[in-house]
Amino acid sequence: MIKKEMIAMLLAGGQGSRLGVLTSKMAKPAVSFGGKYRIIDFPLSNCINSGVDTVGVLTQYRPLRLNSHIGIGIPWDLDRNFGGVTVLPPYEKSANSEWYTGTANAIYQNLEYMENYNPEYVLILSGDHIYKMDYETMLDFHKSSNADVTIAVMPVPMEEASRFGIMITDDDKRIVDFEEKPEHPRSNLASMGIYIFTWQALKDALIKNKDQAGLDFGKHIIPYCKEQGQSLFAYEFDGYWKDVGTLTSYWEANMELIDIVPEFNLYEEYWKIYTASDVQPPQYLGSDSAIERSIVGEGCEIYGKVYNSVIGPGVKIGKDTVVSHSIIMNETEIGEGCNIEKAIIAEKAKIGSGVKLGAFEEKENETKPGIYCEGLVTIGERSVIPNNVTIGKNTMVCGKTTAEDYKDGVLDSGRTLDKAGD
Amino acid sequence: MRAIGIILAGGSSSRMQDLSKKRAVCAMPVAGFYRSIDFALSNMTNSHIQTVAVFTQYNAGSLNSHLSSSKWWDFGRKQGGLYVFTPAVKASGNLWYRGTADAIAQNLEFLRSCHEPYVIITSGDCVYKMDYGKLLEYHIQKQADITVVCKDMPATIDTERFGTIRMNEESRIEEFEEKPVVSKSNTISCGIYVIRRRQLIELIERAEEEERYDFVRDILVRYKDMKRIYGYKIKDYWSNIASVEDYFRTNMDFLKPEIRHYFFREHPGIYTKVVDLPPAKYNVGVSVRNSLVSSGCIVNGTIEDSVIFKGAFIGNNCYIKNSIILNDVYIGDNSHIENCIVESHGTIQANSYYKEENGIKIVVENNERYVI
Repeated sequence: MIKKEMIAMLLAGGQGSRLGVLTSKMAKPAVSFGGKYRIIDFPLSNCINSGVDTVGVLTQYRPLRLNSHIGIGIPWDLDRNFGGVTVLPPYEKSANSEWYTGTANAIYQNLEYMENYNPEYVLILSGDHIYKMDYETMLDFHKSSNADVTIAVMPVPMEEASRFGIMITDDDKRIVDFEEKPEHPRSNLASMGIYIFTWQALKDALIKNKDQAGLDFGKHIIPYCKEQGQSLFAYEFDGYWKDVGTLTSYWEANMELIDIVPEFNLYEEYWKIYTASDVQPPQYLGSDSAIERSIVGEGCEIYGKVYNSVIGPGVKIGKDTVVSHSIIMNETEIGEGCNIEKAIIAEKAKIGSGVKLGAFEEKENETKPGIYCEGLVTIGERSVIPNNVTIGKNTMVCGKTTAEDYKDGVLDSGRTLDKAGD
Repeated sequence: MRAIGIILAGGSSSRMQDLSKKRAVCAMPVAGFYRSIDFALSNMTNSHIQTVAVFTQYNAGSLNSHLSSSKWWDFGRKQGGLYVFTPAVKASGNLWYRGTADAIAQNLEFLRSCHEPYVIITSGDCVYKMDYGKLLEYHIQKQADITVVCKDMPATIDTERFGTIRMNEESRIEEFEEKPVVSKSNTISCGIYVIRRRQLIELIERAEEEERYDFVRDILVRYKDMKRIYGYKIKDYWSNIASVEDYFRTNMDFLKPEIRHYFFREHPGIYTKVVDLPPAKYNVGVSVRNSLVSSGCIVNGTIEDSVIFKGAFIGNNCYIKNSIILNDVYIGDNSHIENCIVESHGTIQANSYYKEENGIKIVVENNERYVI
């Protein structure tokens, strides 16, 4: 009989709509990060580095990119005879077929998968945070506290605490109460959305609450466990942990990587982050290129100038082009003589020559001011931008655009130009 | 595919000077992130050859660790696979491989147990892309016993390292000289052969009986009039790296856009073992011109016309020109390196100065490394 002490269930089905056009064609965990990785690489690498070799990845929203990235798990050494990585999409049942309606509902629908491994503990993860964490230490804490549920928490500044789910603990880290986004927080320990359940406790809670609409861990399962008098503990984590749920936080997290000694250091030997990369060759920097304070992925060809930027693998940057404070993702091509300032350009886009991004005064975005803000220019994947156009700040462009789409060769700040359709 | 592959990877070369102290020639790093044997292995897999034997002998440590998993070249499958043969103690004796033919002879059981009718033999120290399927078609069409891949080299080439060939109009080889001091021909053998498996077994058995051990001298040259041996000329890029000059030149060739495009971007690609390194990082005060930089590097200084391999650290204010920095080298601040090959894992202390006026200097520095 197969037996695994702890298996992980990784929730990767969400769209992450606050990442705007970046997630229009792929789920948030599949979005590129840090010049080489995708967001899901962080929890997956944490799993294998922590000795968790059985991971179920729950997908729902636009899973193609995720599926092909994960494959059979070779990059993370998760191609196993027993266990390894399994992608778990929603499936049709003889009665009551449904999508995953909530985080816990998704796990409930895969009870059978978990039972196959006879686990003692189940680790619940979400696929949208950037961090390095040893889940084994968390499991040790779970065992030594005799907990039924352990929730990873992180101290946040008190003034920001009202944005999170807050745990109130006693001196032994036992959770005595919790509040969701409280107006007047009584503690600054924010839940990181990482849980270890003792298998019986999880199974019981899921079955008892299976008819709850939109069954959610934070809203239903944790309160249920508390009511049942089970022991809940908070495991305090004090490393780097970054939510990259919005375009601005995503941009900031990338920019933090280019500091001389970044807080989140990818260059450490002992906790490597693994990824599936199709491009491996070295990058070439041409005779007239210039580069400073940037990280650059494999196989790039850089003939222009790059400052304070994160450049993904296989990107081409033409002569006399200046890229600064920007994120350029995999295999995008940028022509000659461009000026690109504070832009996020998604995968496989084609930017013509003489293009200016991030021009003019800032104006509020006309369609989604909460998403396209802080002066960012966001270009969707596989977009085409013709030669010699100028695009302002807080803008979004996606799809194959032509010169006719730009009146007088200009797209003013705050405009949205969506030619991708769906 | 109706062939199996044999990669001859046992050799050392005095022409590699200090670079061969650490590894076999076939394990030499190439173009920032490959190892030399990747080209032969990738050509095999891209030609759908599923069973490949690698014969190793000299200093096989880094080569074996490079081949620790066959999955990178897609040989980790149920059918076929990657077989590494090192000399072993056997009931019949414990001999080193006394030559290329002897290496095959000592592992003849492997050849006998296969069922594919043909064998592609190649050396592992050449940088090239080739579809062995086309080569095999040519071999069959010519009804050849052996086909030898060859290439016209510029008249200035030093043929002393190669075998030279003269062919008639039908491409049948009339003359084959092994490592001539002065040659009448500048068509050289690339060390890639096709032969029928049974024919090979027969020839190897006979050579072994006569105590002859070299595939080129004792089979190709010896049988050239008796057997139908044909030449197959290639025009594409091919380069042997088994001397310091050629090794240096081959790496520098990758600074040319057409070579880079041919190897890095054109299908089918060349594969190598995946090492999980972060992207390259450039800090303040950097200047990089006409150079290749691999992943995992951290660059602080100036680099011109150079190839920087994986995981190198270049300190503040360094000046690197026309050099090859192999993997995991640490170069301290204010160092000057010009016309050098810096051996892998080396540590260059701050304020060092290395410059070779004529030719290329090999820098091997094993200083203690202090990393903050």
